[in-house]
Amino acid sequence: MQVVLRNPRREVEIQGPISVVALLGRLGINRESVLVIKGDTIVPGDAMLDDDDCVELRPVISGGAA
Amino acid sequence: MKCRVCREPAIIDVRRQNANYCTEHFLRMCRDQVTKAIERHDMLSPGDAVLVAVSGGKDSLALWDLLLDLGYRADGLYIGLGIGEYSDASGACARAFAEARDATLVEVDLRTRYGFDIPNGAKAARRAPCSACGLAKRHVFDEAARLGGYDVVVTGHNLDDEAAVLFGNVLRWQTEYLGRQQPVLPARDGFPKKAKPLIRLGEREMAAYCVVRGIDYIVEECPMAAGNRHLGYKEALNQLEATSPGTKFAFYHEFLDKAAERFVGEADDAREALVACDSCGAPTPSGTCAFCRLTARAQVEIRA
Ligand code: SF4
Ligand SMILES: [Zn+2]
Ligand SMILES: [Zn+2]
Repeated sequence: MQVVLRNPRREVEIQGPISVVALLGRLGINRESVLVIKGDTIVPGDAMLDDDDCVELRPVISGGAA
Repeated sequence: MKCRVCREPAIIDVRRQNANYCTEHFLRMCRDQVTKAIERHDMLSPGDAVLVAVSGGKDSLALWDLLLDLGYRADGLYIGLGIGEYSDASGACARAFAEARDATLVEVDLRTRYGFDIPNGAKAARRAPCSACGLAKRHVFDEAARLGGYDVVVTGHNLDDEAAVLFGNVLRWQTEYLGRQQPVLPARDGFPKKAKPLIRLGEREMAAYCVVRGIDYIVEECPMAAGNRHLGYKEALNQLEATSPGTKFAFYHEFLDKAAERFVGEADDAREALVACDSCGAPTPSGTCAFCRLTARAQVEIRA
């Protein structure tokens, strides 16, 4: 399964099937800090991802001071 | 995972509410939370002319979209900060949204209007980029509201932003800042009224809102934000939130309910009497305002 990470943009291969929660755990990512996007929709934590899926892990934390 | 309201498959979990939502009910929840914030804190009245501070990021575009949906007369103001590719891409997102929603976007380009941009202006004035940027944004928004006859300027600060700022202020007991950390500031001395209608919604929900609504926003970070102190505070709060959902909301909203009032006096004490800036007319403690001084210094350095 292809996983796209942002800021900076990079890709990793992860063996599916795997649940969203397990995927984030495997990559050491806090659930609060990303959205998992497949196609043009969001996938919830308990969703299963197949080996031929392609998902984007989009960070949601922005840091501007003003 | 099923939607709390309709039991159909959910697309998102909002752990602090111990709830999951389908697309339709997630959007409704966002609108309800904004309405609640607006009513509870007296942020907007139905006929107000609202100016939305638009950066092209998820929060400001989601806010603009929500206010339009709730029936407010809301125009956007985008400031061209001149921060390379980041500014080009964020401006494009703001313009695309305005066009798609048939909304009015006012644009002010710092370089064209004032002769400097954030990277070279900050350097010339020997200020940190975010400090120069904050000063410029406040000035441009205040002026645009004053000249454009807007009743209130709204910004996309969300629950995570406000909780992180509160965390920073509490860590150092900056009582004067705590006194000013209000979700709505009334108009005074030539400054427009300001409000933050997203204080009941988290950063993750705002990103989700944009994805679900098909709003294209700038995902990339401003390159100047690297190492920003607030990022560290947000991460620390999210660590706490992961094991104890609802911590951020309680931290900030209980502050507003139980503690904020106690610090208001500190902010008032520090408030000086204001006069009109001798260069631009904006309210300032004396003589020339900080923004006009920054502009003058930047222009001299950049010309040299
Ligand atoms: S990160 Fe700093 S320089 Fe960049 S937009 Fe935000 S305040 Fe301005
Ligand atoms: Zn539902
Ligand atoms: Zn001035």
